[in-house]
Amino acid sequence: MAAPLRIRRQLPLSPWLFAAPGLLITGAFVLYPFVSTLVNSFTDRRTLVPGRFVGLANFRELLHDDMFWTGLRNSFLYVLGVVPALVVLPLLLALLVHKNIPGITFFRSAFYTPVVASIVVVGLIWVWLLDERGLINALLEAIGIGRIGFLSDQWLLLLSAMAVTVWKGLGYYMIIYLAALANVPRELHEAAAVDGAGPVRRFLSVTVPAVRSTMVLVAALSSVAAFKVFSEVYLMAGPSGGPAGEDTTLVMLVQRTGTGLTGRVGYASALSVVVFVVTVALMLLVLRADRKEES
Amino acid sequence: MSVLEKVRPERPATEARERRVTDEHGRRIRAGELAWRYLLLLAVLALTIGPFLWQLSTSLKGPTEDIYSSPPRFLPEHPTLHNYARVADTIPVWDYALNSLKVATANVVTNCVGSALAGYALARLRYRGRGAATLVFVLAMLVPVEGIIIAQFTTMRELGLNNTLIGVVLPGAVGALNVLLMRNAFRNLPYEIEEAAYVDGANVWQRFWRIGLPSVKGTLAVVAIFAFMGAWDDFLWPLIVLSDPSKFTLTIGLNYLHGTFANDERLVAAGTVIAVAPLIALFACLQRYFFRGVGEGAVKG
Repeated sequence: MAAPLRIRRQLPLSPWLFAAPGLLITGAFVLYPFVSTLVNSFTDRRTLVPGRFVGLANFRELLHDDMFWTGLRNSFLYVLGVVPALVVLPLLLALLVHKNIPGITFFRSAFYTPVVASIVVVGLIWVWLLDERGLINALLEAIGIGRIGFLSDQWLLLLSAMAVTVWKGLGYYMIIYLAALANVPRELHEAAAVDGAGPVRRFLSVTVPAVRSTMVLVAALSSVAAFKVFSEVYLMAGPSGGPAGEDTTLVMLVQRTGTGLTGRVGYASALSVVVFVVTVALMLLVLRADRKEES
Repeated sequence: MSVLEKVRPERPATEARERRVTDEHGRRIRAGELAWRYLLLLAVLALTIGPFLWQLSTSLKGPTEDIYSSPPRFLPEHPTLHNYARVADTIPVWDYALNSLKVATANVVTNCVGSALAGYALARLRYRGRGAATLVFVLAMLVPVEGIIIAQFTTMRELGLNNTLIGVVLPGAVGALNVLLMRNAFRNLPYEIEEAAYVDGANVWQRFWRIGLPSVKGTLAVVAIFAFMGAWDDFLWPLIVLSDPSKFTLTIGLNYLHGTFANDERLVAAGTVIAVAPLIALFACLQRYFFRGVGEGAVKG
């Protein structure tokens, strides 16, 4: 780094004044809530009732709560369904828009548009597209397949929500891959082409190794985001999480349990602790898988 | 440097004279390859933009037109703005838009001011505890919002700010990621000019305002745009903190519209168009910064 600033004798107060707004907001609305989530998870606090210490009772209750296991299962299924698609598809898309052919900036921007839209807008657009009488079913009927109840079946609903997450995320990860592709040396491709490698072969033996660290980054980012899924499923399956609540995700359960005037803050905090632990574990898992492959 | 700038190396100067299409290294692309590339691009275009256009088309269809026909009718027969007037009769959609605008604007101001000041302090000023202060922001960035949202809600209740627009803005008022982005931007500036200014007697504030800040305008623009988009699009937090329908932002209002008038597709379609149009316009004008933000945010996130 650059040489240290040789300015020593300034008012010791001013740096803290500069940092104060940021530290205050971060302390009061991120770090304090984080600590209080941990503390509350050991109490039976409710929205209007200050809690008592109950030890591990909330965590013991979790183990016997069917809805918790449903939420955990759905959030994990979401990671399994969404992450492979978000690692591979945006890379293919980036390869498609990588070459500077006329009009390509228009296509890049157009593919990014779903990222800009609110998840609520995106969710409602797809609720209408996938409706029993919506566009996709009208098309399916027109080509003779017949109508499919995308939003009435527990599993189709979850799959549809995953598809929407992938659709909205494509452009974002495409841009990340574009930056990585720009650093792939052209000579590698040419050498491979001279050796007689076809496009698929060149993709697997030149492009993929060159952008591997970016793929790990995308896997880490998208798996953490997928595990915390809320809005897509909330909008498409409804606040109660689809038929008999079977599509409830873990964060939906946190929101449903902990908010409102009767919210069980203590129990919702215990659920939140599970969200923390799994999020951190997912990050470590992806990064470790990366290191193992490298060695 | 922005992602797009990296992605788009200089075009060869010969291009203007020769009409053939070349790739980024000035090599010619064969016509066959070009054809399938455009074919694929158009297919993906239909997939990404099509749903928005279908929503727009639905919102413009009149009450007598069949929106459920199979095969589907893509263009409205008699385009009308009737549904937009009806949304406003059903929910106070313009009040919601104004609430969203207030929240988003406040979020831009607080994030720009807060993260520029804190970023400058972390990057440039020597003081005891700087490492600890940096650590606070790094830790805060790692905390998943979804995991602390219930505690944020109880904190807001304790402050008596639940169900207010201030309560919507406060938790994200100075994003930790933004502070770290600004810190890196300031750190990348050369020291010499500031030292010269110090020798000339400029105080901390003057050095920040006259020398530091003008040099990091690009990053500041990225912070501003992502603060606007984040606040305008946010759903989970406003859903939790706002309960009074008169305080709703657009996203919460849309969710309410969908929940209450789910069968009226034209109405919901008009509502979503109102919510998404401003951001698409903003994106069309400032694409460069959107793409740049993805690069910077992803590397740090």
